[in-house]
Amino acid sequence: MSNIYLDYNATSPVRPEVLEVMLPFYREQFGNPSSVHWAGRQVSGALEKAREQVAALFNDSPAEIVFVSCGSEGDNMAIKGTLDALKEKGNHIITTSIEHPAVLETCQYLEKQGYDVTYLPVDRDGMLDLDDLEAAITEKTVLISVMWANNETGNIYPIEQIGRIARKYNIRFHTDAVQAVGKIPVDVQKANVDLLVISGHKIGAPKGVGALYVRRGTRMSALMHGGHQERNRRAGTQNVAGIVGLGKACELALAELDEYYDRVRALRDRLEDGVLSQVPDIKLNGTPDREKRLPNTLNVSFAYIEGESLLLNLDMFGIAASSGSACTSGSLEPSHVMGAMCVEVTLAHSSTRFSLGPETTESEIDKVLEVLPATVQRLRDMSPLYNCGRTAEGCETCETVRRI
Amino acid sequence: MSGGVDSSVAAALLKEQGCEVIGMTMQIWDYSSFTDEHGEKFGTCCSLDDVYDARRVAESLEIPFYVVNFEKQFETAVIDRFCDDYFNGRTPNPCVLCNQVLKFEILLRRARELQADYLVTGHYAQLVQEDGQMTLRKGRDRNKDQTYFLFTLTSEQMQYIRFPLGGMTKQEVRSHAGRLGLQVAEKPESQDICFVPDGNYVRFLEEQRGPGTMNGDIVYIDGQVLGRHQGTYRYTVGQRRGLGLAWPEPLYVVGIDAANRRVIVGEKQHLSVSRCHVFDVNWFIQPPSGTIEASCRIRYRHQEVPSRITTLGGGTVQIDFDEPQKGVTPGQAAVFYDDDRVIGGGWISNSATRDEQRGTRKSET
Repeated sequence: MSNIYLDYNATSPVRPEVLEVMLPFYREQFGNPSSVHWAGRQVSGALEKAREQVAALFNDSPAEIVFVSCGSEGDNMAIKGTLDALKEKGNHIITTSIEHPAVLETCQYLEKQGYDVTYLPVDRDGMLDLDDLEAAITEKTVLISVMWANNETGNIYPIEQIGRIARKYNIRFHTDAVQAVGKIPVDVQKANVDLLVISGHKIGAPKGVGALYVRRGTRMSALMHGGHQERNRRAGTQNVAGIVGLGKACELALAELDEYYDRVRALRDRLEDGVLSQVPDIKLNGTPDREKRLPNTLNVSFAYIEGESLLLNLDMFGIAASSGSACTSGSLEPSHVMGAMCVEVTLAHSSTRFSLGPETTESEIDKVLEVLPATVQRLRDMSPLYNCGRTAEGCETCETVRRI
Repeated sequence: MSGGVDSSVAAALLKEQGCEVIGMTMQIWDYSSFTDEHGEKFGTCCSLDDVYDARRVAESLEIPFYVVNFEKQFETAVIDRFCDDYFNGRTPNPCVLCNQVLKFEILLRRARELQADYLVTGHYAQLVQEDGQMTLRKGRDRNKDQTYFLFTLTSEQMQYIRFPLGGMTKQEVRSHAGRLGLQVAEKPESQDICFVPDGNYVRFLEEQRGPGTMNGDIVYIDGQVLGRHQGTYRYTVGQRRGLGLAWPEPLYVVGIDAANRRVIVGEKQHLSVSRCHVFDVNWFIQPPSGTIEASCRIRYRHQEVPSRITTLGGGTVQIDFDEPQKGVTPGQAAVFYDDDRVIGGGWISNSATRDEQRGTRKSET
């Protein structure tokens, strides 16, 4: 049986069109873009073209784009760079309890350095209450960081409204848009975003490249010191081929956004409807309002079984899904996002994410709908919980989140 | 799979025999807390490095490989019990618990959920089918025999477990590794507790439960107070070093009275005990009524000694050693053998050994 990849929120294959434009930059156009001679010039043009392509995708100007190595670097730079530059002004960050580790762990690190961080709670659907946000703002607040869309549930957050609040209180606003970009419209002007991060490999560019949008005039300290690349924002010779690839991927994403949304959304809905109707005792994680969820993401918990077992069993069928964020060692950990949503601990352990992509086909979805219900039933038949008819335990995971 | 030679060879041999093999590694502890000041990680038996090693072996064998996360279960089943034991005057054996709960309950369940027929490990022990019943026998390599760590196995578990290295010597396993071209790192065989990689278990306990709660007196066997100590958990039966007491003859820890926070010391002859009680006994034979003869092993690598075992009820037995034994340590396992066959085992309890020590002393005076 051929393999089925439903983990596009983890990473995606490089698109052939992207790979094609990248290849000349390994041999023919190998120059250092900072060099003045012909070899450098050939390359610096390509770099600036890519900057324009990236900028166009979220409606900013190329001068506001800083190329980085990955989404995590962008998030680190935005948050640490802001707090360092604004340390005279304040020391308080507001973020959410469902951010990606690139933001959460950065904030926890900063807490150890003496900064104050507020982690906004979410409701059981994983959504924010913006009154909480306004209530958390103090005179010391210098940064609000809220992701555009969540990697595990696919929930889309009201970035425009948050941007208005940030503007009203004159607080800088950073958003991790790694999951949103290429899947839904992302416009930094409309949303009043000051700092925005994207990652190449989620949208068909290679791993090892990303971009940070920095609104013009934003004072920010550098994370990397050295050469004067990227307008002094980020030292280090640019990953030219990767950046060219990122540019192309952004161009394609912009051109194909509507088509992508409709196609992937239809397939996801087919999967979601199929799973919800064919498997009893399950819980949808994330907002049931599909308009407020990424078109490609479905996260469900299957009562009485461990997500880990289900994933391994699906893998045996060649189906790649995920339990949330893929972590460093390839092991499986209970998710802080499920914890923040007060998903009961046993259900949190069985949360399973299917994330579709442009190459997903209808027959693949149908194959999953054939395999999944039977696998879930087989695992339930082996589960002591299922056989005792016990219900899920109390809300222990809430404690885990409070600790953050 | 730990990435070490034993589990790697076990996997490779099965693959060679044409079995469909899935590699699994348990992630049981967040080792990042053990990063020392210089950023170096301590080497231990099952650190994160080993996960990478195991993955490399699985890749070279071209078998699917999964890391399963049992950190939470490890904390409950092994760490908590480890701390409880120390705070109750026992010297725990976490490796037995890890085998019992992590490997042969939870990991076995995972394996069966994956529709695997067997869970295979690199233990040096033999499972032999005899008269329709599975028996556990020592590994052929007597220096490596690991049956001591396996006394909790149930007959149901044994149906689903295989130990392909049980009939081999370590030397043979190494030569298989060479023949099969396995690039396994030669790692020093660690005697340390994997979650206390620097060996400083006192610091670990105090980090877990706070310092100072078990301070008290060091007393001679007759009750005479000889000094103070900084926590009963710092001492283990048979210990001689670190007492810091002036006494005409060398003093040894002969017992720990956790309830009264006392460390009891005596001379060498007081270490010998002719009787102890064992709880949570698991039998591999029909549980005997009355007294049976068996050889008992009271710690890993202990040469088992002839004994009489008397059932007391409630999963408890009394062991009477034919010859008094030194270092009968509450919290360690006692495993009963009939020649090379394991017939049962359990945990050495505190109370009975103390009673016995008093009895022994009386008979000596």
